[in-house]
Amino acid sequence: MSVEATAGQNDGGYGLIKSYRPYPGVSDELMDPDGNIRPVWRPFLDHLSSLTQEDITARFARGNQYLNDAGVFFRQYGQDGPNEREWPLSHIPVIIDDGDWQTISKGLVQRAELLELVVQDLYGSNNLIRGGHIPASLIAKSPEWQRPLVGIKPRSGHFLHFLAFEIGRGPDGTWWVLSDRSQAPSGAGFALENRVATGRVFNEFFAKADVHRLAGFFRRFRDHLLDLRGESDSRIAILTPGPLNDTYFEHAYIARYLGFMLLEGEDLTVENGRLLVRTVDGLRPLSVIWRRLDSAWADPLELNESSHIGTPGIVDAIRRQSLTMINALGTGILETRALLAFLPKISEHLLSEPLRLPNVATWWCGEDNARVYVRENAERMMLSPALTTALPFSSGQKDFIGRAFENGQRAPLEAWIDEQKGSLVGQEAVTLSTTPAYQDGKLLPRPMSLRVFLARTPEGWEVMSGGFARIGHSEDASAIAMQAGGSAADVWVVGGKKQIKETLLHQTESPYFKSQSGTLPSRAADNLFWLGRYVERAEGAVRLLRAYHARLSETDDPEAPLVALTADYLDQIGVPPDGFVPDGLCSMLQSAVGSASKVRDRFSVDGWLALNDLAQTAGGAQRAIRSSSDVPPAMSLLLRKITGFSGLVHENMYRFTGWRFLSIGRALERANRMADLLSVFSSTKAPDGSLELLLEVGDSAMSMSRRYAVSLNRETVLDLLAMDERNPRSVLYLLTEIKDHVGVLPGAREYGHLSALARSVLQIHTNLAIATPDTLTTEILEDLRDQISYLSVELTDTYIR
Amino acid sequence: MLYDITLEIGYEYASPANTGRHTLRLLPANIPGEQRIINGHVSLNPSPNERHDRKDFFGNEVTDVAYRKPHTELQFRVRTRIERTAAPVGFDISPALPDLAKELAGIQSISPLEPVHFLASSPRLPLDPAFAAYSAEKTTPDMSVMKIIEAIGKALHEDMSFDADATTVDTPVLEAFENRHGVCQDYSHIMIACLRCLGIPAGYVSGFLRTIPPEGQPRLEGADAMHAWVRAWCGIEGGWIEYDPTNALRVGQDHIVVGYGRDYGDVAPVKGVMRTAGGQTTHQKVDVVPLS
Repeated sequence: MSVEATAGQNDGGYGLIKSYRPYPGVSDELMDPDGNIRPVWRPFLDHLSSLTQEDITARFARGNQYLNDAGVFFRQYGQDGPNEREWPLSHIPVIIDDGDWQTISKGLVQRAELLELVVQDLYGSNNLIRGGHIPASLIAKSPEWQRPLVGIKPRSGHFLHFLAFEIGRGPDGTWWVLSDRSQAPSGAGFALENRVATGRVFNEFFAKADVHRLAGFFRRFRDHLLDLRGESDSRIAILTPGPLNDTYFEHAYIARYLGFMLLEGEDLTVENGRLLVRTVDGLRPLSVIWRRLDSAWADPLELNESSHIGTPGIVDAIRRQSLTMINALGTGILETRALLAFLPKISEHLLSEPLRLPNVATWWCGEDNARVYVRENAERMMLSPALTTALPFSSGQKDFIGRAFENGQRAPLEAWIDEQKGSLVGQEAVTLSTTPAYQDGKLLPRPMSLRVFLARTPEGWEVMSGGFARIGHSEDASAIAMQAGGSAADVWVVGGKKQIKETLLHQTESPYFKSQSGTLPSRAADNLFWLGRYVERAEGAVRLLRAYHARLSETDDPEAPLVALTADYLDQIGVPPDGFVPDGLCSMLQSAVGSASKVRDRFSVDGWLALNDLAQTAGGAQRAIRSSSDVPPAMSLLLRKITGFSGLVHENMYRFTGWRFLSIGRALERANRMADLLSVFSSTKAPDGSLELLLEVGDSAMSMSRRYAVSLNRETVLDLLAMDERNPRSVLYLLTEIKDHVGVLPGAREYGHLSALARSVLQIHTNLAIATPDTLTTEILEDLRDQISYLSVELTDTYIR
Repeated sequence: MLYDITLEIGYEYASPANTGRHTLRLLPANIPGEQRIINGHVSLNPSPNERHDRKDFFGNEVTDVAYRKPHTELQFRVRTRIERTAAPVGFDISPALPDLAKELAGIQSISPLEPVHFLASSPRLPLDPAFAAYSAEKTTPDMSVMKIIEAIGKALHEDMSFDADATTVDTPVLEAFENRHGVCQDYSHIMIACLRCLGIPAGYVSGFLRTIPPEGQPRLEGADAMHAWVRAWCGIEGGWIEYDPTNALRVGQDHIVVGYGRDYGDVAPVKGVMRTAGGQTTHQKVDVVPLS
């Protein structure tokens, strides 16, 4: 028996928590004030204690692997600009008793109702301001009060449909609201992913545990959104600021999960007060937008005029009652920190009852009495800008505890507070409760706060039974934000009435909903088309670079005619070979990653990881390679990775219209490159060895020897690489592929006639099909190349512009 | 005073714009007791696919237009006849700053006419300490709010040089201030920022100036294009007064109001977003002719 088995009297016999000591004066989730394990944790702790340390490590790795495979990441802003960072899962869930949860739920539903009344008033009759319940200057000075929306009643009758609340537990065990998130709350998708990952870590236990499930919450919210469309056949979309946003992954994830389109502002246009999405099928109406974009950026005409990510006229569509925004534009005003000072009394006034769940005690220094109080207690208070809408202590914010006031300031703290007046709030500094986090084989108490999500459903506000816990990485509660190194944990609500229906119907947390429609936004089509082109362009460059360096190593003479011609050619297509791995190649792959990043919702995670790996491999090779002879093996490795990526995409991608655009991009680029190569290297003036180089670059040497017993000559090479209908690298084969794809795109045939694009493809195809190798002069091949290249313009004009 | 006003704003695009959406704030406002519109309309060439007239939050006349056909040029024309009386310049009954602050704190309304909208920084007007320092230098604590407004307006007129080529509509206000040059937009923005730093509500006025001055008076700067000046709040009794820092004078019958806003962004004559490659050239012509 080890020493650990004879642990102290308060640890309940669990070696894991031998050194678990809650901090004095701090409430703890796992232990009650007397040091006893809370009953709600016992089954889990029993399970955890039955596992060896190796087992736990392996299980945690399994959870991380899941997140990795699912491509869960978040974007962190560092000194080198934004970086994707691994999702910092804290594997031990926060476990909360159903009774506690009922208290939280009732409190937050009341708060949601209250916030709806407040925001209705702020954009409507202003009774709260007239009655002195909210200072006029607070609203009038806030950049979140959007004047163009004043007086507009939301089409759905409600401003708020999806809310999040940041809550924490104080030293006396009661829950406090730390912050209201009403603008475009994030985290619900991450909560789902945390759940799936944590469920995998503790799979047998989770399957039998009485943990409330999450899927029903999303299903009912989705039903609500569908209802909000009214009678129309219009669509629902998630509006994202784009891939550079720190929670873009979640936007793509939720869009995939719910089966809605993921759109950016430029996908949309407004005509006659109706919002339309540009698709490859033409303009299609949208009537419900779940926005993940802050209000100010939604419309450069009426809101922030510097916004490049909005849609001009979107406010007009709202004004004319043809569009429902989730949440309504302007609801960010409810996140104003100073409002916390007034909500308790507003609750009494509007609901005739106190807040069921208190919010952090807050004093607005624009009121004399409040300012005096803050001044007298400033040392232990948190001081913040009154109008800030940021979470407390989130990075880049100007929150600080009074005693940390810097002496470098112009005046002492008291004078500074008097000077700040209405632009300052003081808040009681919150001591968060602690919850166990696993570190080096033991559990340690770490501060935590919860994010709880509420959705409006046909039956009213519903609280997600679970959520998203932020766990501090040290004792310091102010370091809880993930940007500052905190982590995230799943929240298990345990006990209460068995939700039989849910557990029977939804065994899994990931029942992806059937997509609302297969409509492909034009921008997505554009990005898929270019993704196909960039990857193929890179492949062409890699093959040619490999051929060049192999020949250079053989001859060791850069001036040899074929070597020089190839170098010249490489130079012209933007990948000059003297730098071994040219910048041009790396930037082709970066462009491919860029295109793919804009269609994450339509793109497999494996494909995404393979593509990133490819770009990184090229970058690594560029840094490592110092001699010509090292290039061919490096290029071969890149080729294998490109082939792997293409295989993943083409074997696994669903045959939607999007896949066709990707395939057209690839075929068009390849046909264009081959026609161009043929025009240069099959020329009668081309140096010796050019035909062999064509075969090598066209990956067709084996086909050559199988098909032609005769020696290599211009006609046989042209036959194989330009006109062979069975060689997947011949121009004709690729044109057939393009023709087939274009023939089934929307609008390819109208009133029995081919579209202009389909006609062009058919014409190029036919011209080549009836040619013979001896008629394919350099000039004709150049024409062919230009015609193929122009198809790209025609395709863009037809489907993407 | 009766005026006939014509305004023409034109754009030429280097390559055709396929679609365009614009909000126009070109038509003078009806202001009870100060200004009456006898007739007026905005015409567009080419004619747009959509057109709607409405009022914005501050009560300004807005015309929304949308184009969905390729066009290489665009003209907005305004013809209007108005009667301008202007508020007479009254006695100074404005309070000192501490009393103004008390009056402001007592306001329990955010209706569009309230001064509370004109206190904070606004999208184009950050309240930089440089403005506060300038205001402190040019005023004394015993001055009334109206005296402060006039003192700062006058000081800016003296310290700044009018230079139509030095700034554009998008030059940051602080840059224009540091260089002490610009046009009416810059003068007005700087003055507004200086007043707000003192806690005086101040807003931006866009409008017209009569083209030919009354006999014996100098031609005012800004008469050949749309003009801008400042309105500032002198307390509950004093109300709003308007001051033109570009010409260092209280606004009277020679000024015709088009719109009120927090800064230029709220009343920009033409705001637009179009899908076009390449640049554009623009011209503007204003004629403000008194009838009597």
